[in-house]
Amino acid sequence: MTWSALLILAAGTYLLRLAGLALRGRLRLPARVDRYVDLGATALLVALVATATLLDGDAFAGWARPAGVLVGGLAAWRRAPFVVVVVLAAGTAAGLRALGVE
Amino acid sequence: MVRDDRVRSPFSAVDRRDLRDALALAAAIAVVGASFGALAAAAGVPPVLIVAMSLLVFAGGSQFLVVAVVTAGGSVVAAIAAALLLNMRHLPFGLAVGDTVARSWPGRVVGAHLLIDESVAFARARPSGPRAHAAYWLCGTLLFTAWNVGTVAGMLAGAAVPDPASFGVDAAFPAGLLALLLPSLRHRDARRVGLAAAMLALLAATVLPPGLPVLVGLLGLLVAGRPPARPAEPEARPGAPGASPAGTDDGSPPDGAPPGPTPPPGPGR
Repeated sequence: MTWSALLILAAGTYLLRLAGLALRGRLRLPARVDRYVDLGATALLVALVATATLLDGDAFAGWARPAGVLVGGLAAWRRAPFVVVVVLAAGTAAGLRALGVE
Repeated sequence: MVRDDRVRSPFSAVDRRDLRDALALAAAIAVVGASFGALAAAAGVPPVLIVAMSLLVFAGGSQFLVVAVVTAGGSVVAAIAAALLLNMRHLPFGLAVGDTVARSWPGRVVGAHLLIDESVAFARARPSGPRAHAAYWLCGTLLFTAWNVGTVAGMLAGAAVPDPASFGVDAAFPAGLLALLLPSLRHRDARRVGLAAAMLALLAATVLPPGLPVLVGLLGLLVAGRPPARPAEPEARPGAPGASPAGTDDGSPPDGAPPGPTPPPGPGR
């Protein structure tokens, strides 16, 4: 790892972030396109949740993590406070691992 | 001190419950940051580079990826390419939350660095307007601080840092994101798109490198279908003179409120 590698990564990441925001300022999106942009963000976030819940790279993440997410998700669905959702999810996964369930 | 309304601090509209929720995420991300600091130090990355990476890149997944690839003896170029691929999703995220982050250039230039999955989801879970704007900046700055404090602490503690998995932190993030997504998933078209996105991403993950599967999720838009009929939809009255969808004063379309009941408030309210 070198400074030049780090700076290239930092600049690239920053420009990806800024590009979206800048485009948004330049474009006047018709409502129809705006709906797709919004649904696109939902699609990306759900895809992120699904892969982060079930996978480590391309392999199954084990049972403890999805079980934790499931418990947290159910709590969220029952309108539990956000903090409770996060703590329940972490607690379930940690508890299962302490019991030897991976 | 002169305070103009237009340069009002984004934190002036911070809601106490939003602060509590953001602190929960910050606590979790500090733990992950600590594990990053410890891992990078163990991999032999110089301390100044570890700190600089968390400050300047501020994207956990790509930071872990770069250190893992370089430690495994992979090329630095390949590591950066893979990391940037992983961060590609930030572009469509920015497009989606652009108006929420800031409408002015200084705001966008600074706000861009705080754009991560959590701050995007956090802002989108709030009603658009001042509340979402404040939520974005609150979540972004708290998580940025927690990530960097965590990195330094982990780097200094080294091997004493326990595996974050033993705290279940790896389950906390997807669960938190899911909770933030639930309000938008109450719309039928969003649910359809989300389900397709999840299935496509999981399938893609079996063959594609990290980063791409999530982007493949965008193909879920193929099942978006037609926009739900809205009573005040200008397009619904083609004969009306001057009824252009782009005709709003502030450039933002009328909030995408669905027909039927108002979407219930997000989690925690």
